[in-house]
Amino acid sequence: MDYFFGLLFGPKGWAGNLASGALITISLALATLPFGLALGLAVALAKRSGSVILRGLATVYATVFRGVPELLTLYIVYFGLQLGLQRGWKMLGFSSNLDMPAFVAGMIALGLVLAAFSSEVWVGALNAIPKGQREGAQALGLTKGMTFRLVVLPQLVRLALPGLGNNWMVLLKETSLISVIALPDLMFWTGRANVVTKEPFFFFGVACMIYLVFSLISSAGIDMLERRVGRGFVSGSGGQR
Amino acid sequence: MTWCEWPGVLIGNEAITNYGCRMFGGLALTLQLVTVSIVLGALLGVGLALTRLFGGTIAAGAANAFMTFFRGTPLICQLFLVYYGAGQFRTSLEAVNLWWFFREAWYCAAFTFTLNTAAYQGEIYRGAIQAVTRGQWEAARALGLRWSQILRTVVAPQALMVALRPLGNEVVIMIKSSAVASLVTLFDLMGTTRLAFARSFDLSVYLFAALLYLVMVEAVRRLWDVAERRLTRHLVRS
Repeated sequence: MDYFFGLLFGPKGWAGNLASGALITISLALATLPFGLALGLAVALAKRSGSVILRGLATVYATVFRGVPELLTLYIVYFGLQLGLQRGWKMLGFSSNLDMPAFVAGMIALGLVLAAFSSEVWVGALNAIPKGQREGAQALGLTKGMTFRLVVLPQLVRLALPGLGNNWMVLLKETSLISVIALPDLMFWTGRANVVTKEPFFFFGVACMIYLVFSLISSAGIDMLERRVGRGFVSGSGGQR
Repeated sequence: MTWCEWPGVLIGNEAITNYGCRMFGGLALTLQLVTVSIVLGALLGVGLALTRLFGGTIAAGAANAFMTFFRGTPLICQLFLVYYGAGQFRTSLEAVNLWWFFREAWYCAAFTFTLNTAAYQGEIYRGAIQAVTRGQWEAARALGLRWSQILRTVVAPQALMVALRPLGNEVVIMIKSSAVASLVTLFDLMGTTRLAFARSFDLSVYLFAALLYLVMVEAVRRLWDVAERRLTRHLVRS
C-alpha cells in the first residue's frame, strides 16, 4: 500500500504530473464545447433551411464526421493542417518551421466531430418547438433574428439539454485520444508513468478512475442542470423527455 | 495486378496503390474484431441486463458497477489497462494457463471491446426490456407461462424491436472506436493506414481510410434500416 502511495505522492511521485494532465484533459473538453456546439447549431439550422445546397452540405458534413473514427479525424486534422500551414508559411517567405499546436489541432478535430453529433440533437430540439411559437412571434412583429433569439433559443436549451449532456460525456472520453499527437494530457502522463515505473496496471487503473470521477461528476451536473432548466415544467406522467 | 490495387490506380495515387492491399487486409481485421466483440458482447450484455433487472441486490449492484465503469471511462484507457496491465501479471497468468490469451494484442483488444460493448449493449437491452409494458407480463403469467417462457416468447421479441435502433448505433460506434486497436500494435485499417502514412507521407491514405470507414458505417446503417422495416412490418406506420 505504502509502495503505491509513494508512486503517486512520494518524492518521485506522479500525482503532480497526472493532475496537470487531467487539467489539460478538462481544458481541452471545455474549450471544444462552445466551438462544437455553436458549429453544431449552425449545421442544424442549415439542415432545416430552405436552400437545397445548404441542406445537402449540412447532411454530407454530419454523415462524414459521424462516420469517420475520431482517431482518424484527429490525424487528418493534425497532419493536414500541419502540412497546409507549413506550405502557407513557406509561401509567405519564411524559412523556419511552423508547428501546429497539438491543443488547437485537438480542439478543431474534436469540435468538428462534436458539431456533427450535436447537430442531430439540435435538429431534434428545433423540431420539437411547436410551429405556433414562431407564428405567434411573427404576429407580434418580431424579426427573424429576434424570434430566434428571444423565442426559440430559450426553449431550445431545455429541449436539447439531455442530448447535449450525452454529447459532453462522449467528448470527455474522446479527449483521451489526443495523447497520440503528443499533447501532455492525462493519458500521456499515464503512459509516461507506466514506462518509467513498470506499473501499468496501477497507473492505467488510476487514470480510468480519474476519468470515471469526471464522468460521474458530469452526469450529476447534467442532472442538476436539467432539473434547473425544467423547473417551470410539471414533470408528471413519464417525465418530460 | 490484384483487385486491392485498383482503387489507387484508378485515382492515380501511388501511395494508395502501394498500400491498398495492406489497407484492405487491415479492413478485414477491423471487421473481424468488431464482429467478434459485438456478438460476444451481445451475449454478455443480455446477461448484464437480466442481472440488473432480476438479480439479487448484490448481483444487480455488481452488474451496475461493471456497466458504470465501462461506460464512464475511455476505451483507450481500458485497452491499455488490459494490454499493458496483463504483462505485469505474467507469472500469475501463466500459473492459471491464461498467458497465451493476454500475450496476444488481438485477444486483448477483442476482450476489451467485448466488455466495453457488453456494458453499452446491456444498457440498451435493459431499457428495451423495461419498455415492454407490465400488462404483457401479467397476461403471460395469467396464461400460465413460466418466467423463462415469458421472457423468451413474449418479452424478448417486443424488446428486440425497441433495442434494434440503438443497437445499430452501437455497431457503428464499435466500428469507429475499434480504430484504437492500432495503438496496441494491431494492424487494423487504422494501423495499416498509419503505417502507409509513416512510409509515404502522403495524406491521401488517411482520406482513403476515412472513405472506407464511411462505407462500412453507411452499409451498417442501410442494413439496419432494412432489418427494422422487416421486423416491424406487422405494425401500422404513420
